[in-house]
Amino acid sequence: MSDTPTPTTNALGLTKGDYKGGASTMCKGCGHDRISEAIIQAAYDLGLDARNVIKMSGIGCSSKTPAYFIGRAFGLNSTHGRMPSFATGAHVANRSLVPLGVSGDGDTASIGMGQFVHLLRRNARMVYIVENNGVYGLTKGQFSATADRSSPSKRGKYPTEESIDLCGLALELGAGFVARSFSGDKKQLVPILKAALSYDGLAFIDVISPCVTFNNHEASTKSYTWQKEHDVHFHDPTYIPTFEHIDVEYEEGEVRDVQLHDGSHLLLRKLEQDYDPTDPLVASATLQSTRARGEILTGMIHIDTDRTSLVDGQSLTATPLSQLGEAELRPSREALAKVVAGYRLG
Amino acid sequence: MTEPITNDFSIRIATPNGTGSQTSNLIIFRSLFHMGLAPSAKNLFPSNIAGLPTWYQIRVSPEGWQARREDWQILLPLNPQTIAQDLRECAPGTVVIDNGDMKGVDESLFEGLERLSVPFDQIARKEIADAKLRPKLKNLIYVGVVAERIGIPEESLRAAIDSIFGRKPAVAQMNFEAAQLGVSYAREHFTAPSPYRVAPARQTEGKILIEGNDAAAIGCVFGGVSVVAWYPITPASSLAENLITHVDRLREKDEEGRNRFIILQAEDELAAIGMALGAGWAGARSMTSTSGPGISLMSENLGLGYFAELPTVVFDVQRVGPSTGLPTRTQQSDLLLVAFQGHGDTRFPMLLPGNPKEAFEDSCLAFDLAERFQMPFFVLSDLDLGMNLWVSDELEYPEAPFDRGKIATDEVLARLDDWGRYLDADGDGVPYRTIPQKTTDPRTAHLTRGSGHDEYGRYSEDPEVYTRNLDRLARKVDGTVERTPAPIVQPGAGEVGIIAFGTTDYAVTEALAGLESPLPYLRVRAWPFHPEVGAFLRAHEKVVVVEQNQQGQLAQLLQIAFPELAPRIESALYYGGLPLSAEFVRGAIEEHTKVEA
Repeated sequence: MSDTPTPTTNALGLTKGDYKGGASTMCKGCGHDRISEAIIQAAYDLGLDARNVIKMSGIGCSSKTPAYFIGRAFGLNSTHGRMPSFATGAHVANRSLVPLGVSGDGDTASIGMGQFVHLLRRNARMVYIVENNGVYGLTKGQFSATADRSSPSKRGKYPTEESIDLCGLALELGAGFVARSFSGDKKQLVPILKAALSYDGLAFIDVISPCVTFNNHEASTKSYTWQKEHDVHFHDPTYIPTFEHIDVEYEEGEVRDVQLHDGSHLLLRKLEQDYDPTDPLVASATLQSTRARGEILTGMIHIDTDRTSLVDGQSLTATPLSQLGEAELRPSREALAKVVAGYRLG
Repeated sequence: MTEPITNDFSIRIATPNGTGSQTSNLIIFRSLFHMGLAPSAKNLFPSNIAGLPTWYQIRVSPEGWQARREDWQILLPLNPQTIAQDLRECAPGTVVIDNGDMKGVDESLFEGLERLSVPFDQIARKEIADAKLRPKLKNLIYVGVVAERIGIPEESLRAAIDSIFGRKPAVAQMNFEAAQLGVSYAREHFTAPSPYRVAPARQTEGKILIEGNDAAAIGCVFGGVSVVAWYPITPASSLAENLITHVDRLREKDEEGRNRFIILQAEDELAAIGMALGAGWAGARSMTSTSGPGISLMSENLGLGYFAELPTVVFDVQRVGPSTGLPTRTQQSDLLLVAFQGHGDTRFPMLLPGNPKEAFEDSCLAFDLAERFQMPFFVLSDLDLGMNLWVSDELEYPEAPFDRGKIATDEVLARLDDWGRYLDADGDGVPYRTIPQKTTDPRTAHLTRGSGHDEYGRYSEDPEVYTRNLDRLARKVDGTVERTPAPIVQPGAGEVGIIAFGTTDYAVTEALAGLESPLPYLRVRAWPFHPEVGAFLRAHEKVVVVEQNQQGQLAQLLQIAFPELAPRIESALYYGGLPLSAEFVRGAIEEHTKVEA
C-alpha cells in the first residue's frame, strides 16, 4: 500500500473503489455491467453516503447487479416484478433512505407492470432503472414485452405482440422524471443518474442495455450497433452538484437549467433543435414522432420538479419511522382507558 | 297464564340488505346492553350492497352466551323475498311481528305462530312528514314494537339511540320519536302479555361492546405499528379502516403536527405484503390485513419474508373458501394455508385469538414476535370474531415493554467475535437482524435476498450451507413456543377431551357448561403447538377436535406434530359458514362420547 500513490477521493474522502461491489457474474460485455459502472461513477462523484441509499431489485439478470455496485449500501433483492412495493415500504419506513432500484424489461414491463404503474402514480422517491434489452436473459432468450415487432430473435423469429414503450407509459401516468439512455453512453447516463438521485420523487430511467448473448445480433433493435445508429438526443446533460458553482459560460438560449430539490442543477445544453423537457406534451409528441421515424430518443425526456412526493403528500414526520421507539409509538395508559370507556355503551 | 320466559330467547330480523335496518338492529342490541344484559349479535349478511336478504339475530341468555343460537322465538319477517322461507323455519309458538301486508304469502304459513301485524308503512306515511327521511325512520318503528313487547325501558332505548347519534341530538330525537310510534302502536293494539321478556341484569360489569377487527386495530396502535399497507377485502377491511381512525387519534403527532405513521392502500395484496415486508426490512413496525384470497396472493412474498427473515405482522380474517367462496360468511379454513404457505419448506407461526380481548392482545404481541423471530407473524381471526359485535372483557394496557428482538448495533458488533446476518451467534436459531443506518459498521451492509445465502448473507448454492440454513430456520420457528400464548386448559372429567381454537371457543364453552360433568377442554392459542397440547393428547384416550372447516385442519396439524397420538384424534366439523352454535357442539359431543354397543 505504501508504494502506491494516494488515490483521488471525493467530498466524503472516499475513493471510487469504495463504491464498488462484488465481482460481476454477468456475461462478458453485458450492458448491465456498464450501467453498474455508471452508478459507481455517479455515486462517487456525488459523494454519496452509502448509508443513505438502499439498492433494490426484483428478479432477472439486471436484478442481480445490485451485488456489483456500492457494496457499502444495504440492498434488497426481492421477488419478480415486486421491487416497487418493497422499495416503497422501505422508503416510507425510513424516508431518509433513497431507493436505487434496478429492474429489467421482463421484471417491469411484464410481471411487474401492475406495481410499476402504481409506483408511478404514487410518486414515492426512488431511482428506478430499467436495464432494457428486450429479452429474458436468465431463462435463455425469450422475448420480453419491450421487444419490438420488427426485431427478430437470433433464430429469425419475430415477436407477435406489440412492444411497450416504458417512457411513454411513464409520461402518460404523470411521472415527473422520465429519461432514456444507453449503457454505452456513460457521458449521458452518469449526469442523468446524478440528477435522478437528487430528484424528490420517482425518477424513471429506461436504459437500453444490449444482451450480448441473446439479443445483440445485427437485426436486433436492442443491439449496440442499432442503438448507436438510431439514437437521437436534443441536448447534452451536465450535472452541477450543490458543492460546485455553475462556472461554465453558455450563450443565451443555449442551455436549460433545471434546479433539483437538493439545490443541485441539471444543465441541458441544446444541440440542433430546441426541446423543452418540462412540457409533458412536447415530451409525448417527441417520443412518438421519433419512434415513428425508427429513432430512439434518449436524454432527459421529461422533468417536473413541482410534483409532491408520496411522503410529503401524507404529512409524514421528518424523523424516520424506523427510528421511533416505544415512547413515540405506544399511547399512554390513560389513552387506552379513554378508548375503552367509549366501548362501554358503544 | 304462564310466566313469560325472561332473558332467554332470540330475535331474528329479516330485511333486504342496504335498507338501513342495521342501525335499528343495533339500537335493539345496545338497549339490551344498557339494561345490563350481555346480548349476542350475529349479522348474517350477503355479499351485496343492496337488495339481497340479510338476517340479524339478537340473543339474550341468563349466562350472557355469545354463540349463535340456532332457533329463534321472535321473528320479524320484513323482507318480502324471504317471508315464506322465514315463516317455514319457525318453530310453533314463535312470535311473528310482520307488516300485515302479506300479498302472495300463503296465510297458512302463519298457523301455530303468534302473529302480531303492524302496518309499518301506513304508520310511517301518516306520522313521518319528511318523505326523504321516512324510509330510514320507518325501521325505527319495529324497534319500538320490539322494545314494548319484550320490555326494554324507555331509558335504555334512549341511551342506545344517543350512543349512535350522540353528536347529532336532533337526529337522535327524530329516531327516538319514530321508535315511540312503534311503542305506542304496540301498547294500543297488543294487550296480551308477551311470552318473552327482558329484565335488567348484571352481566356487563367490566365488559365492553366491540368488534374483533376493532379490538385488533387498537392492538396494532399499542403494538407500535407505523407502516400499514392494505388492500380492501371482506371481512378484513374494517380492521384497517378502524386502525386508520384509531392511529390518527391515539398516536401523538410530532412537533409540527405531522404523522408518526403512514397508511398505504396498495394496488393489490401482492403490493400490500411487499410494502409491509420492505418496511419491516428497513426497521419499522409494519403490518397488513387481509383474508384468504389475499393470503393466496401474498404467498410468494411471504416466502421471501420467511427465507430472508423479514419482520411484519399479517392478519388473516378468515372467510369461507375455496375461491371467492362465501365472502360474507365465517370459517376457520385457512389454518393449513397459512401454516405452510408458499413454495418450499416453510412454516409460519400463528396466534389464534378467540375473542376481542385476545384479538387486541395478540395484535399487540405479534409486533414483538415478528421482530424477535424476524419473520412474518400471523394473527388468524375470522369473520365472526372480526365483524360481529361482542360483549368482551375490557382491554388491558400491555405491561410488557416493546421487544425489538436481536439487532446488530455497534455494541452487539463489538461484543461478537464474528458477525454475519444469518450467523446463529447465540445457538437459538435467531441471528442478529440489521437495520439500515443503525450502525456505522460497514460489515452490516449486505444484499438481502431470497436466493440461497450463507451465514454472512453471501449468495450460495452449497448444499451444506443451504441445509444448515434451512435447519436453523426450523429451530427458530420451533423456538416461538417460548413466547407465544400457552393453551388454555379447562379441567373436566372423563377420558374424552375437547380441543378447539379461535371463535369455536364460544360454542364449546357453552356446550360444556350444559353437561352434567363437563369434559376436559384445551383451547389452542398459537401454532406451533406448546408442549401442553401434546400432554393433553397423551392424557386422554380420545380427543375431539371441534373446528369450522371441512378437512379438520387443526386435527391435521395435531397429527403432524404428535404422530404417535394421531389415532386418538377425532374431528367434529362445521363448515356451513354461519357462526358455530352450542347445539352443534352438544350434538358432536354426544356422537363422539356415546358408548358403542
